[in-house]
Amino acid sequence: MNDLTPTREQRTAALEGMGCKRKRVEDIRFTQGKGNYVDDVKLPGMLHGDFVRSPHAHARVKSINTDEALKVPGVLAVITAETLKTVNLAWMPTLAGDVQMVLADGKVLFQNQEVAFVVATDRYAADDGVSKVVVDYEALPVLVDPFKSMAPDAPVLREDLAGKTTGAHGPRKHHNHIFEWSVGDKELTDAAFNKAEVTIKEMISYHRTHPSPLETCQCVCSFDKIKGELTIWGTFQAPHVIRTVVALIAKLPEQKIHVISPDIGGGFGNKVGAYPGYICAAVASIVTGKPVKWVEDRIENLTATSFARDYHMTTEIAATKDGKVTGLRVHVLADHGAFDACADPSKWPAGFFNIVTGSYDFPVAHLTVDGVYSNKAPGGVAYRCSFRVTEAAYCIERAMDILAQKLGMDPAELRLKNFIRREQFPYHSALGWEYDSGDYHTAMRKMMESTDYAALRKEQAEKREAFKRGETREVMGLGVSFFTEIVGAGPSKNCDILGIAMFDSCEIRMHPTGAGIARMGTKSQGQGHETTWAQIIASEIGIPADNIMVEEGNTDTAPYGLGTYGSRSTPVAGAAIAMAARKIKAKAQMIAAYKLEVHEDDLEWDIDGFRVKGLPEKFMSMKDICWAAYNSVPPGMEPGLEAVSYYDPPNMTYPFGAYLCVMDIDVDTGVYKVRRFYALDDCGTRINPMIIEGQVHGGLTEAFAIAMGQEIRYDDGGNVVTGSFMDFFMPTAVETPRWETDFTVTPSPHHPIGAKGVGESPNVGGVPAFSNAVNDAFSFLGSTHIQMPHDYWRNWKAAKSLGVLG
Amino acid sequence: MIPGPFGYHRPASVGDAIKLLASLGEEARPLAGGHSLIPMMKLRLATPGHLVDLHGIAGLKGIHRDGNRIAIGAMTTQHELLASDEIRSSLPILQEAAALIADPQVRYRGTIGGNVANGDPGNDMPALMLTLGAAYRLEGPSGAREVMASDFYQGAYFTALEPGEILTSVTIPLPAAGHGYAYEKLKRKVGDYATAAAAVVLTMAGGKVASCAIGLTNLHETPLLAVDAANAVIGTSLDAASLKKAAAAAEAIMSPAADARGPVEYRKHVGGIMVTRALQRAAHRAK
Repeated sequence: MNDLTPTREQRTAALEGMGCKRKRVEDIRFTQGKGNYVDDVKLPGMLHGDFVRSPHAHARVKSINTDEALKVPGVLAVITAETLKTVNLAWMPTLAGDVQMVLADGKVLFQNQEVAFVVATDRYAADDGVSKVVVDYEALPVLVDPFKSMAPDAPVLREDLAGKTTGAHGPRKHHNHIFEWSVGDKELTDAAFNKAEVTIKEMISYHRTHPSPLETCQCVCSFDKIKGELTIWGTFQAPHVIRTVVALIAKLPEQKIHVISPDIGGGFGNKVGAYPGYICAAVASIVTGKPVKWVEDRIENLTATSFARDYHMTTEIAATKDGKVTGLRVHVLADHGAFDACADPSKWPAGFFNIVTGSYDFPVAHLTVDGVYSNKAPGGVAYRCSFRVTEAAYCIERAMDILAQKLGMDPAELRLKNFIRREQFPYHSALGWEYDSGDYHTAMRKMMESTDYAALRKEQAEKREAFKRGETREVMGLGVSFFTEIVGAGPSKNCDILGIAMFDSCEIRMHPTGAGIARMGTKSQGQGHETTWAQIIASEIGIPADNIMVEEGNTDTAPYGLGTYGSRSTPVAGAAIAMAARKIKAKAQMIAAYKLEVHEDDLEWDIDGFRVKGLPEKFMSMKDICWAAYNSVPPGMEPGLEAVSYYDPPNMTYPFGAYLCVMDIDVDTGVYKVRRFYALDDCGTRINPMIIEGQVHGGLTEAFAIAMGQEIRYDDGGNVVTGSFMDFFMPTAVETPRWETDFTVTPSPHHPIGAKGVGESPNVGGVPAFSNAVNDAFSFLGSTHIQMPHDYWRNWKAAKSLGVLG
Repeated sequence: MIPGPFGYHRPASVGDAIKLLASLGEEARPLAGGHSLIPMMKLRLATPGHLVDLHGIAGLKGIHRDGNRIAIGAMTTQHELLASDEIRSSLPILQEAAALIADPQVRYRGTIGGNVANGDPGNDMPALMLTLGAAYRLEGPSGAREVMASDFYQGAYFTALEPGEILTSVTIPLPAAGHGYAYEKLKRKVGDYATAAAAVVLTMAGGKVASCAIGLTNLHETPLLAVDAANAVIGTSLDAASLKKAAAAAEAIMSPAADARGPVEYRKHVGGIMVTRALQRAAHRAK
């Protein structure tokens, strides 16, 4: 040892492993405009496609005339449903077990539905061609309100389902009914309500919104007729799933399909499913023999590809007079639009909505969900949340506040009284989940202390008195939210997509000089995988994160994985990384034992290499082991140092958090100001605190947008009235509140590194915090529930209906 | 989001621009900042056969003081208004309003001429021009003429501009020394048009309002001059009753459209509040 020998702290720091605020390596290219996105893919002879879309929400298509379009210079082909029928692709399967028109087949079912696909030498010619296609429509009665979907005289939307009394998820009870899903014990729950001292009941709606990533959905398809191979560059959150779906529906051999997800500019659930644009571009490439690019514009993105929510949740809680909950009963009316194109694990028609018991110890609960069709865009994707979890969290968090109001209790106190206690974990919920770990009381109390919750309540009481005396026109609201997420889909025992278990994978290959590459089944859309995955490997095998390259998105080179959404990457793929790294480490230990001439049991791991127990100077670094793996392995051992792991998680993970929003609302204009927002997240082991903070900031900003105005709204004629960023609320830095973040750490007991996932928590917990703040602000005036979104005019409307506008 | 085909022309003088517009006929549209026209073209809601780009005409830019009037060339951008010392000292309300138009990127391109000539009820500058008593210079094949802003707006996107005419400059009389001013704009977010907005220019004498003009943005298919509302506060100390009267008089002439910003009743209600707040702030500023 001399002065130049690094200390143990220096050796650990040099790895930039787990817990390090490592700067994002991908940002070097993103911040310099050097990312490589789908629209950057330019191939020789590439053609461009664009859609003719329906102006009607519901109409019969009597004829499509393409003659004039084909005369436009540069237009090469116009594809219609008739063209697609020749290759049996006029309809495609959805992830939810339904079928969906690729191009209008006889009728259209929502405004901006794809009717014909014009292929031309450039995008301008394609759009000129679109304007020349003449479609003769016969308008039909329009169904927009899901509460009218199952009326006896409701118009028949899906004529293709005529006579089908059973769907993918059981019996259908009406021509516009998709499924009924029931969980829990009805009898016990009804009994709890019958003897309840106190009950509440409220219809809580979560409006229709949209993930709206900065980069829209797009692809380039290139079919090589000689080789019979199809290459697709696309904005895919799950590239392997896309490859399998293409193989199944286009009847191409899977090894001849190459799916590449290059850099992706945000997904938020919008880029999980398969869209008509992908099918049409692929068919157009097969027909023309040239590469074909399809790029969605913003209006198309907001109005045609996958919306989120549109859940209408009638919620009842039974409780004792002193505030102990005794039962939960929820019925959901779920509007899926024209086709059930939900992106949930296949057996879960309402996702994991049965997490709706939240963070509370409900002895009994019963849930039913009815899915219905309407003349609106298809979808129901998980917009920055695990499947239908943000709906569930909003439902229970809003309902707990309503109960607190009825009991005259403080909302935080009511929650503390009903939390699942630390010693109850692993906890079996009344609706069937096994919560892995949690310490809710500690998190809640930390939130209350950090924000001086008691002082805020005191200030609110004073402001309310001042308001009643006419001294102020502002009302103050405190929005408490305590959420439990369920992420990491998922264990093969209960999760699959089209029959494929929802494992994930990692392949690590170490190079002789102590560097390596990790290939993954996940696909970052901005989450920072290139940074964080390398940190896990660094801590596991003692190679600096900078020496590990992370590669995702190419189905030819990456191991099969189910992709990135639902905060599943860290819970599932993060575990696969640790397991693959541990296989590397096990082989490395054998090599080190051979080189150090001891038995492998005599070695101990020490930060970045193996040391002989009791002989500290006998040490072999992982870097040196890598070299040895390629030239002097023990006799009988194969050379090389690589491993692959496919990880089937034993359980979901259950991140949680305690949020508080402090808001002031001017009752005369409805203008609100978010004075303060505090977010405490517990995502188990923290891999990169800086990236977690960034994720929380992003998720809270989306939650703020959704709660306070972001909406896809239809008029009675089925016309989308929020089809651009002028009217679809996309907050800028000016509108976005300042965020305060905090944390506790309760590791997952079943995850190899104890991590739970965090990307979606802030959206799940944030929406109820904002909405509860608005509702809390008005509650002293006599209101119990005001529906989202809480934009200015709706706040004013609430104030007006409460009679405070004079 | 792809426009149809169009011809592009970039004349170097107003005379050439007028000749081009005359020879190309109804198919041609002059192009200033393009922040209204180009999005309409991308949506194919506007399909002009020719664009006559005014950016090549040096004479259409600039801010000049001419005695007790300020002349602003039509192609002067919102950013240039914000950067001008002359505007800051003479017409500060223009800077207060310009800073509330869209975002910096739009303000680098958007022009005052385009803003006032397009007849879009959502634009902010027209109501200010009414409030300030501005006049517009219109040049066309039959010569130049001056039209008062108060006579210019006829309906949404309908103005006194004749086919072939270009709005070349805006002339604004200097408000009285020591005047108070305010532009109150309620909008949902940066970049949005007003849910409701009110411009006020007033003078105070002995604690009472001596003169007052009030303009309203996006509360009718044209910008409005709220004369009765202004009269309701002249001679008063802006006491609560007078303010209430003024707001009610302003609301009486509003007829906004119901849209995603809110129903008619809300937009009128907050329109009245914008008037009240603008009056109070302007009075506070008056010397």
